[in-house]
Amino acid sequence: MSTLNTRDLVINVPGRPDGFPLNMSIEPGQIWGVLGPNGAGKTTLLHTLAGLLPARSGQVQLNSTSLTALKRRDIARQLGLVFQERQDSFPATVLETALIGRHPWLSPWDSEQGEDLRRAEQALATLDVNHLSDRLLNTLSGGERQRVAIATLMTQNPEVLLLDEPTNHLDLYHQVKVMNLLRDQVGAGKTVFMCLHDLNLAARWCSHVLLLYTNGGACWGPAKNMLEPAALERLYNQKLITVEADGAPVFVPVSF
Amino acid sequence: MTRSLLGLGALALASMALALALGSVNVAPADLWQVIQGEGSTLHRTLLLDLRLPRTLAAFGTGGLLAVAGALMQVLLRNPLADPYVLGLSGGGAVGALLAMLAGMGTLIISGSAFGGAMLATVLVFGLAHGTGSWTPSRLLLTGVVVAAGWGAVITLMLAITPSYKLPGMLYWLMGDVSYARSPWPAVVVLVVSVVLIMPLARNLNVLARGPMQAAALGVAVRPLEWTIYVVASLLTATAVTTAGSIGFVGLIVPHMLRLILGNDQRIILPASALAGGTLLVLADTLARTMIAPEQLPVGVITALLGVPTFLYLLHRSR
Repeated sequence: MSTLNTRDLVINVPGRPDGFPLNMSIEPGQIWGVLGPNGAGKTTLLHTLAGLLPARSGQVQLNSTSLTALKRRDIARQLGLVFQERQDSFPATVLETALIGRHPWLSPWDSEQGEDLRRAEQALATLDVNHLSDRLLNTLSGGERQRVAIATLMTQNPEVLLLDEPTNHLDLYHQVKVMNLLRDQVGAGKTVFMCLHDLNLAARWCSHVLLLYTNGGACWGPAKNMLEPAALERLYNQKLITVEADGAPVFVPVSF
Repeated sequence: MTRSLLGLGALALASMALALALGSVNVAPADLWQVIQGEGSTLHRTLLLDLRLPRTLAAFGTGGLLAVAGALMQVLLRNPLADPYVLGLSGGGAVGALLAMLAGMGTLIISGSAFGGAMLATVLVFGLAHGTGSWTPSRLLLTGVVVAAGWGAVITLMLAITPSYKLPGMLYWLMGDVSYARSPWPAVVVLVVSVVLIMPLARNLNVLARGPMQAAALGVAVRPLEWTIYVVASLLTATAVTTAGSIGFVGLIVPHMLRLILGNDQRIILPASALAGGTLLVLADTLARTMIAPEQLPVGVITALLGVPTFLYLLHRSR
């Protein structure tokens, strides 16, 4: 079990005067969604939380140790990240891609053993891409590649899961499947923090929500307090109609 | 996977046996076997062990060095076009060597000057590409290509002002010539030591091939790793250029051919590049010595003539 804390964290969004300092405590059993318009800094925040980008001020703590005091390998054993964009300069198969999730767990001279292979295959099966094991990544559809990326995170098996728009390119069935998978992870004591563009996914699955505004403003708290239609309209500068369905609010943009 | 490395190892030994047996005087397999066992006639022993073996080893070492350097640079730049030749490192070495030749220096000075030129080219390319920001692969490649063109101009200038009696030696050096190798051991030792030292980093390189951010997220200390590859690849290139002049295509073509056949696991690709690069240059040098014997052809021409069609064929039939 791992907790991710931010202490007066100001993320470094180029060209923006200092934003609102974040003091969040992202705890095991919680599933956080970050909502905000394009360019609000959602991806920058996610990369800062993973220790991949330096903060402008303040710090990120993993179990009350500052990320900057930890080795990358130790961070990678506790915290994993699914990127929004991936580059594949060289051809690689789906199975090879999932297996790199084991990298932080293997010593330099080790190669992947049966146990590593079993974890990768299981993760691929969970995301319904195990039948593509031997296919090259660049021959897959966008949604299939997204599922392989999530399977790689599952193979890595960290305590804290950071995901940048995990439902991108996914069909409805797999959107629900991925969100349920993340809820199961949280149920098993993991910590999930993700950027989302779909308010309705956030309303159905997130326990906590962070709203990031373009000017650097931010507010956060339990989802049911944060998902106020007026606040969301201000966030996106977009009128919304709110209805209730299946026990959760559904936000529909008004087309004028 | 181990099987493909054993296969390449067997090919390497076979190519070396061929290189020992063929030449101005062909040696029968039975005589070759006797010499390997430490017997045979004095003539054969001198011919094989003192004349052909050092040259064969030098060819193998140089080919291996260039192929491993190419494989490393392609991962570092995440660009399949990177290789010591394209990035202008060989060109820097050539300018160094030609300057020494022009000044009428001995072979030791020429070697030292070539090594210095290659290292200078490396520092120049990577220093300029670094600029105010960080390395981006495309910027590094572009800098290398432009610097290589600059070296090309300097080389042409030097050839233009060189007295004609010195030209053949220079031209042969430029096209790569294993007969320049004074001793095979620097190339062979540097090759073996660097491959052994870099193998524990091979899985890190696999992850780095997915991009620096992804690699960092999976626990790789990206900056130190990039510097290590950069320094090792430069040393390999400088050693190769010093041993046998500037030989193109090996560093570009060999790692690619292997990736098309074996996939892109650096734990296989790095040792396989050493073996296949060495084999290619041994075969090319044997052809260069024997095709129009007693005249010799520049080995760089043969590597290109062998490598280009093979590469195009493999690329064409790959999925």
